[in-house]
Order: sequence, then structure tokens, then C-alpha cells
Amino acid sequence: MFNLVSFIPRAVAQGIPLMFGSTGEIITQKSGNLNLGIPGVMYVGAMSGVIGSFYYEQSVGKGNLNPFLAVFIPLICSLFGSLLMGLLYSFLTVTLKANQNVTGLAMTTFGVGFGNFFGESLIKISGLDVPSIALSRTSACFSAKLPFAKSMGWFGKVFLSYSFLAYLAIIVSIVAAIVLKKTRVGLHLRAVGESPETADAAGISVSKYKYLATCIGCMIAGLGGLYYVMDYACGIWSNDAFGDRGWLAIALVIFAIWKPDVGIFASILFGGLYILYLYIPSMGHMEYKELYKMIPYVVTLVVLILSSMRNKRENQPPAKLGLPYFREER
Amino acid sequence: MENKRREPLFHIVKRDTLPAWQSVGIRIIAILIALVVCAILTTALTGDNPFDVYYTMFQGAFGTERKTWFTLRDLSILLLISLALTPAFKMCFWNIGGEGQVLAGALAAAACMICLEDKIPDPVIVLLMIVTSIFAGAFWAFIPAICKAVWNTNETLSTLMMNYIATQLVAFFIIKWEVPKGSGKIGMICQDSHVGWLVDPMGNKFLLSIIVAAVITVIMYIYLKYTKHGYEIAVLGGSVQTARYAGIKVGKVIVRTVCLSGALCGVVGLLLVGSVNHTLTTTIVGGQGFTAVMVSWLAQFNPFVMVLTSLLIIFLDRGASAIATSFGVNESFSDMITGIILFFIIGCEFFIRYKVIFKKNSAEATVNTAKAEAKENSTEKIKDKATANEEKEDEE
Repeated sequence: MFNLVSFIPRAVAQGIPLMFGSTGEIITQKSGNLNLGIPGVMYVGAMSGVIGSFYYEQSVGKGNLNPFLAVFIPLICSLFGSLLMGLLYSFLTVTLKANQNVTGLAMTTFGVGFGNFFGESLIKISGLDVPSIALSRTSACFSAKLPFAKSMGWFGKVFLSYSFLAYLAIIVSIVAAIVLKKTRVGLHLRAVGESPETADAAGISVSKYKYLATCIGCMIAGLGGLYYVMDYACGIWSNDAFGDRGWLAIALVIFAIWKPDVGIFASILFGGLYILYLYIPSMGHMEYKELYKMIPYVVTLVVLILSSMRNKRENQPPAKLGLPYFREER
Repeated sequence: MENKRREPLFHIVKRDTLPAWQSVGIRIIAILIALVVCAILTTALTGDNPFDVYYTMFQGAFGTERKTWFTLRDLSILLLISLALTPAFKMCFWNIGGEGQVLAGALAAAACMICLEDKIPDPVIVLLMIVTSIFAGAFWAFIPAICKAVWNTNETLSTLMMNYIATQLVAFFIIKWEVPKGSGKIGMICQDSHVGWLVDPMGNKFLLSIIVAAVITVIMYIYLKYTKHGYEIAVLGGSVQTARYAGIKVGKVIVRTVCLSGALCGVVGLLLVGSVNHTLTTTIVGGQGFTAVMVSWLAQFNPFVMVLTSLLIIFLDRGASAIATSFGVNESFSDMITGIILFFIIGCEFFIRYKVIFKKNSAEATVNTAKAEAKENSTEKIKDKATANEEKEDEE
């Protein structure tokens, strides 16, 4: 009844956008910036990629896509779009010392509007009857899988059946974990988040680290949006389809106790919880499905409360999370 | 020369409180620049004359008497949610769960209407709706509040999760109560009997929420400014340590204030179901729980200023819908415009709180005039410099 071999790949596919989002947000939060704009950034990342590939597909016309360009153009567009969002957030919160929560919420408003506005415009340009854009040819390049995965039975299905962006997500998370934990740059970054005064006194440029961490974090999060459109949704953009994944990514940061390597498992677990309602029998009552969809949120809430109850020192958020740093204000 | 340490071009100092007219002036300049940027963007994206676009926006919001009433009602709802969140924010409790608390209130009101129609007399039902929705909203806020007070749980995330739980709960009951079966929605509740429909003062169906909003604005102003509770909130918002030394029971104040916040959100839910929509959907709040955060913050937690900031947001929202229909742009455009205007307002706070002092040198005068000329370009960067220039002039 419950087929684990088919469940795990779906959970992973659900988890990858969250993994990108939460890794990006962890890096950002380690610098002391609580970026609530991640949902907006992911929309912008996704939309920029869609715009890039849309014009590439248009320019090629009926001819064959160059697989390298088909992947490269959306990837660069997506990174660039989310980089701009990161710069905007850093400029407002670091340089202008604005309130981070409000800036983040404004970025989410803007980003979601941006995504849906250009989505709608592209739908109009493409002149289709359905309210969505289909970039199936680009998507085919993005979701290209290892050729020998199919021949390896359940092992291939569980471990090898994903596209390159999925593996990239895992690699990025591992690299982020190593950088944060083992390197000097990571140490400096953590110092900036825990105690910017100390970091500043030690000669670390607080603004530079905050800018860098936020921008890199946003670029990683933007890739989550790109993965969602190009791979998970098979290249079909429809407005608001991305839903609340951005907010879940932020919640996942706590779930993963600010550790990108824990984040890998947390996001896959979360992805599983997200689709669990499809697997629980509802015994003819459609309404129960809606209750099952509550599971991931309830679990997050419980984890959040439990982790604050245990109150272990290494599981706490960066001490100066959400506060702007002004040297003369000590 | 190479080795000489370069003196920074400018440095930043914190300023004393600006006179009110100056800080208002800076904000108005920021909004004007934002409108210019939005106009340029609109023209670039749609190819329409920006003045036509703004005129259409104004027509969309205030063009006819009916449209004005709609605008005022939307304004009152957003204002109410912002007012509800304000005491919590003032205490530095980031309640972004307004959405869920309103939904909880709306669900309670709808439940009273649907389950008790024909069973007990109408006035009793209305009374029950009021009580249950207030309690539901307060309960939805109580859970994050108690966790914050006892275990210092991060309230931003716990209230966020409560939003989704509320949404799914509403989705569950919508399918349970759907009319007709299989449609996936409830439709007008008590369409024939009008049981539980709140009164329309003077026969005007828009007026009730406007009156409630006006009354609560005044009450909230007094509550925050002149009562002991308001004082405790302000102290706690300034510094938890100070509050503790002053003998304020921090946990108690947090729970009390956040429950008040949730209870007011519950009232909004009651108004939405009992007076505005007469139905229940999962999107009945429409993201206003998040918008209200910005409305409240932009007004610096002052209830009367909040009327203006929520007017700005609602004006943009309704205006953009008008653009959407007459220029063939989709409604998400309003989100983008709102976002851009918010960025400018958020950014301009910097110039209210800090002062940029440029390096004194002889070239300064020429630089200043050059900057004044460059003002027309109105990019964000220019804005900073331009505002800095004005501050200079003020000093002189």
C-alpha cells in the first residue's frame, strides 16, 4: 500500500526547493539578517529564469535548443535576478539600517507581484488559451537524468533519479556547512551574526560580510524557485503555483537549527510531510485531506516550541539576528 | 600620495528627534520620488502615459460614490488589522499571524451562523458570534504568546505557522459545510433568513466596519498613550531588562497584549463574515495580515497616522485594479508598485534617524549644484544625495 520507493523520490523533489531556500536563508541569518523576503526572492529567481528561457526558446523558434545554452541562460538570469533582490535587501537593511522584518515583507510583496506580473505578461505574449507558460523543451534539458539510473532498480530510483539541480542543492548545502563550520570566512561570518561589535573590533568588515552573505543567500534561494519551475513543474509556470514554499523555507531554518547539513535531511523530511496527505487514506471524506495538509505546519510548530524548551546553547539563533549594526551606537 | 589614508567621503551620525514637519516632509518627498519611479516603470512596461495611469488609479479608488465607499470599507478592514497588530509590535512582538487570527475569528462567526440558524433567535446568535470570534482570535494568538512568555519561542515563525494551520482548518470546514455538495465553497451564509448578518447602520452596508474602525482607532490611541497597560507595553518594547527592573511582569504583559491583538483580529474576522462578505473562504483575508505589518510600522505605531498609511496601500490596491481593467495590465502590478513605494518609504526612514555629513572641502558648492541638477534622474541613489542636500540647507 505504502510504496517507499515511489514516495522517497517525490519527497526529495518537494524538498529540493525548500533545501535551496533554507540553505540560502541560513547563510543570510548567520550574518544576523533575518530575511523575510525569501518567498519574494524565490519568485523573482523563478521568474527571471522563465523570462530567460522564454526568450531563448522564442529566438530559436522551431529549431533545436542547444542544451548547454538552454540550461546556462535561465541559470544566469535566475542568479542575476535574485542577486538584485539581495542587493536591495542589503542596501536597505545594512546601509540604511531599516527594519528587517518590514523590508523583508515588502520584498515578498514586490517579488510575488513581480513573478505574477511578468508571468501574466508572458502568458499574453505566448497567446495560449491556458493560463500558464509551457517551457517543456528547456525543462527537458534541466531535468535530464543519469542514463543508467533506470537500470539500477530501487537504488537508482531512490538515489540517482534526479536532475543536476537537485544534486547541486545537496552540494551547496554541504559546502555551506563546511564553510560555516571549518573555515576562517565562516568563523568571521558567525562572529558578525553573534556579536558585530566584537567582529568590528577584530577588524572584520561587518557591512561587507552582511552584504556578501545576504546576496549569496538570495542567489541560492533563487535557484530553489528555478528548480521548482524547470524541474518539479516540468517547465510550466502558472501564477501563484509556487505557493507558500518560501515561508516554509524560512521555517525550515529553525527545523535545521541553523545547520545546512541538517537542512538536507530536514527539507527532504519536510517535503515528505508536505505530500503525505496524498498517501493517507481519507476513507471517502475529502475534508480530511485538508486536515492532513496541516501536518508539516503543526510539526514545525512543535519542533519550534520543543527546541526553545530545551534551550541548548548551540541550537540558538545568532544572538544579534534581526538587529541592524551601527558602530556609533554602543 | 598612494600611502596617504583616504578620508571617507562622508560619515553618518545619529540625529536627535527631527521636528515633525521635517520628518513628514522627508516621507512625502520619498513617496513623490517613488511615484515618479513607478510612473517611469509603468510607461516602460505598458507604454501608456503615466498621468493617464495615475488618473485612472484615482478614478478607480474615488471615481464614483460607490467606489469611494468600497475604498473606505477596504481601508477600514486593513486599518483594523493594523490597529490589532500594533500593541504587539510596539512591544517588539512580531505578530505576523494576523492572517490566521482573522481567519480563526471568521471561522468562529461562520460556525455560529451555519450551525445555529433556525435553532435560536437571531440576537442571541449575533451575540454568540461576537463572543466566539473574539475568543477564537485571542486563542489563536494565545498559543504563540504563551510559548514566547514561557520558553522565549521565536514568535515570527510560530505565528506564521499558526496562519497555515488556520487556513487548513478553514479549508476543512469549507468542505464540510459546502453548499451545494461538491462545489468546494460555502456561498452566501443564511442568504434567505439573514440570520447572523450584522446590522447595516442607516441602511448603508459599508458603514458598520468604518464606524468600528473609527472607534477602535481612537480607543487604541488612548490605550497606547494614556493607560498603564500602554505604558508597560512601551517600556517592554524599549528594553526587556528595564521592564523587568521596573517590576513589570514581562510574561503577563506579553500574553495579555498579544491576546488583545488576537481578539481585535477576531473582530475583523467577525466583520468580514457578518457584514462584508457573508461567506467564508480560505482567502478571505487576502494577505492583509502581512500588509498590516507594514502599515503599522510605517505609521510608527501611531493609530492616526495608520489611517493615512492604510489609505495609501488601499488606494494603490484599488487603483491598480482599475488600471488592470482599463489598460489590460494584470492585478499583480499593484503588488509591484506597492513594493516599490514601500522600499522608498523604508529607505527614507534612514534620513529621519541619521544624518549624513560630507567631508568639508572647497569643491562642495559645485558638487551640491551638480547634485541638484542630477535630481531629475530620480534613481534611489540620487534620492539619497538629494535628501542629504536638503538636510544641509536646513542646517544652514
